[in-house]
Amino acid sequence: MQFEFLLEQVVNGLVLGGYYLLIALGLSLIFSVGGIVNLAHGAFYALGAYVFVELVKHLGFGASVVISPLAVAVLGILFERFILRRFYTADPILSLLVTFGLAMVAEQAIRMIWGAAPVSTEIPQSFRGSVILGDFLFSRYRLLILAVVAIVLVAVWLLLHKTSFGRVVRAGIQRPDMVAALGIRLQPYMTAIVMLGVGMAALGGAFFAPITTVHPAMGADIMTVAFVVVVIGGLGSFWGVVIAALLVGVVRGIAIHFEPAAGEASIYILMFLVLLVRPRGLLGERIEKFE
Amino acid sequence: MIRYRRRTLLKASAAFVGASALGFPSIVKAQAEKIRIGHLTPLTGFLGVIGSYAQLGVRLAAEEVNQSGGVLGKQIDLLSEDSINPATAATKAQRMLEQDGAVVLLGEISSASSLTIMQVAERNKKVFLSTGARSDALRGKNCNKYSFHCDIPNTVMVNAVGTALSQKGMVRGKKFFTLTADYIFGHDLLKAAKGFFGSHDANLIGDELIAIDVTDFSPYLLKVRQAKPDVVCCNLAGNQVTNLVKQYAEFGLPYPLVGFNLNTGDAWAAGAGNLGGTWPTVWYHTLINPASQAFVAAFTKKYGKPPENHAWIEYVTLKLLAEAINTTKSTASDELIAYFEKQTQFDIMKARKAYFRSWDHQMVQEAYPFTVKPKDQMKDQWDMLVLGEAVPAANDPLESIYPTREQNPCEMKA
Repeated sequence: MQFEFLLEQVVNGLVLGGYYLLIALGLSLIFSVGGIVNLAHGAFYALGAYVFVELVKHLGFGASVVISPLAVAVLGILFERFILRRFYTADPILSLLVTFGLAMVAEQAIRMIWGAAPVSTEIPQSFRGSVILGDFLFSRYRLLILAVVAIVLVAVWLLLHKTSFGRVVRAGIQRPDMVAALGIRLQPYMTAIVMLGVGMAALGGAFFAPITTVHPAMGADIMTVAFVVVVIGGLGSFWGVVIAALLVGVVRGIAIHFEPAAGEASIYILMFLVLLVRPRGLLGERIEKFE
Repeated sequence: MIRYRRRTLLKASAAFVGASALGFPSIVKAQAEKIRIGHLTPLTGFLGVIGSYAQLGVRLAAEEVNQSGGVLGKQIDLLSEDSINPATAATKAQRMLEQDGAVVLLGEISSASSLTIMQVAERNKKVFLSTGARSDALRGKNCNKYSFHCDIPNTVMVNAVGTALSQKGMVRGKKFFTLTADYIFGHDLLKAAKGFFGSHDANLIGDELIAIDVTDFSPYLLKVRQAKPDVVCCNLAGNQVTNLVKQYAEFGLPYPLVGFNLNTGDAWAAGAGNLGGTWPTVWYHTLINPASQAFVAAFTKKYGKPPENHAWIEYVTLKLLAEAINTTKSTASDELIAYFEKQTQFDIMKARKAYFRSWDHQMVQEAYPFTVKPKDQMKDQWDMLVLGEAVPAANDPLESIYPTREQNPCEMKA
């Protein structure tokens, strides 16, 4: 029995890791293309949740969960065009400061619009409860999230590796000067990547709104885990982030199984160990910009 | 390096002191016109949501007191800040007393922060009215002469819910699984719960200590399912209760979820369709009595939403403080303490009046168990709860649900 309980925690951890992935992947993408560590990423996650809660009152679950990330992605265009764009070639400390400030502005803006008290919403009836597969218990709703994450992941991978858009983006990551010499402007690609990144964060926010407290500081809360994932995986690495997200979910589950009070500490211990052995993260490239 | 001669340094110091002395009269005058009260409550973190309500309540009370002439003919100047964490709370409390000239401290929800503010109050010999902290230890082994405790303690919450559960046959011989917040409040609540289980033939088959930054409860819910309890019991605080309630509804486990601690703000945040079970509370805006209804009307008019229980407790606490200052005609700590220790009765918008018990400074008052209304019967998003009969019952003495002298190890130093 003991082993099955442990296995159940591992599987549950994988599901949770999928959700971390939605936030961390965008963070990593924006860094690899623009060289910017986007500290305001959590704000887009929070906005996704809030916009979802507003929309769901009128449009129902299905439509809201699609429209909310799209709306936030549009906001991402403005974010890239008017803020990020000025900092691609600047000292990284400047973009850190500006995105950190933006995160605080966004949190206060949410407080002013929706109030400090949390807003609430529910899971649609058809996704309530759990399914029992063999000995494993799964929340129906989380299985839905897992399916969506899998689809998004495959779509992003295909976009980056099987399209001409992806080829330019990948070339831009490795040799931006060469891409420029070939007469390709990277800016529209950057806009698209930022849209994609913040849209994924908002999708995470929308999906998690019914099962977590939707409050102004929720963006800051999620950023800690997102950074742990990105640091473990290696900033800028697609598969590194995927593996790290799943690993973080699983390690947390196992820790809670054996020593519940250490559940949250376990992911930081994992990060510490990874950094000790491999400072650039599991699959990270050497980051010349920072060395 | 420049070396100053001693005499030059002395001159400079004298000049500085002189200039400061010239500058002081205006500051002293400003203080003389107003009576400063230091207010601390968490506005961020897992208790930030209910702390925001607390701040709205205390502000409304200050406004009303000032409109009706203030205290001792002076206006109340309320300094209200985010207490953030226990260490910062203590630093800010010290600053409010020492530099800002606050005469009394008031507020707080976190038991951990309340404990550090209590120590500051004792050191500075100033009264601290701890409004929202519930840990038994604060009014027990950590009690001190300068601190007064307005909210009901953990033991009372456990008794209120436990009694209601007993009547439904959900205690005797049943297996309980508890989820407990890993800080002083949770440890304390678990201790009270264990006492109740022990004296009522219930078995505690599992407990999980949960760090206060946990937002995903799925691994814990799997452990609950593995243990197969009869009743799951939540000993968490703040928005962790909200998260647990939402995720419990998500997983749809078959065991009833009850809790020994819930604030109305967290219930509202959980949403109508997610919350069930039996919980304790100190006050709810649907209580029917003139004072309560007038407060709800004034609060709703000003803020566009009904008050939460922390808004209520901060409101009545500032009001009773104003009453105490006006009656004793003093803001001196000794006078106020003597006034409260006389067990002076205060109207706190409940059927029975409340008073601070002289030997542990606990405010003795009614509490209520509540259950959740079916969604189709709610008038609005705030009309969620159905209050049970007040505990203790109308013909029992109020103190019967509070720990006795034998149970409560409070010894105040003179």
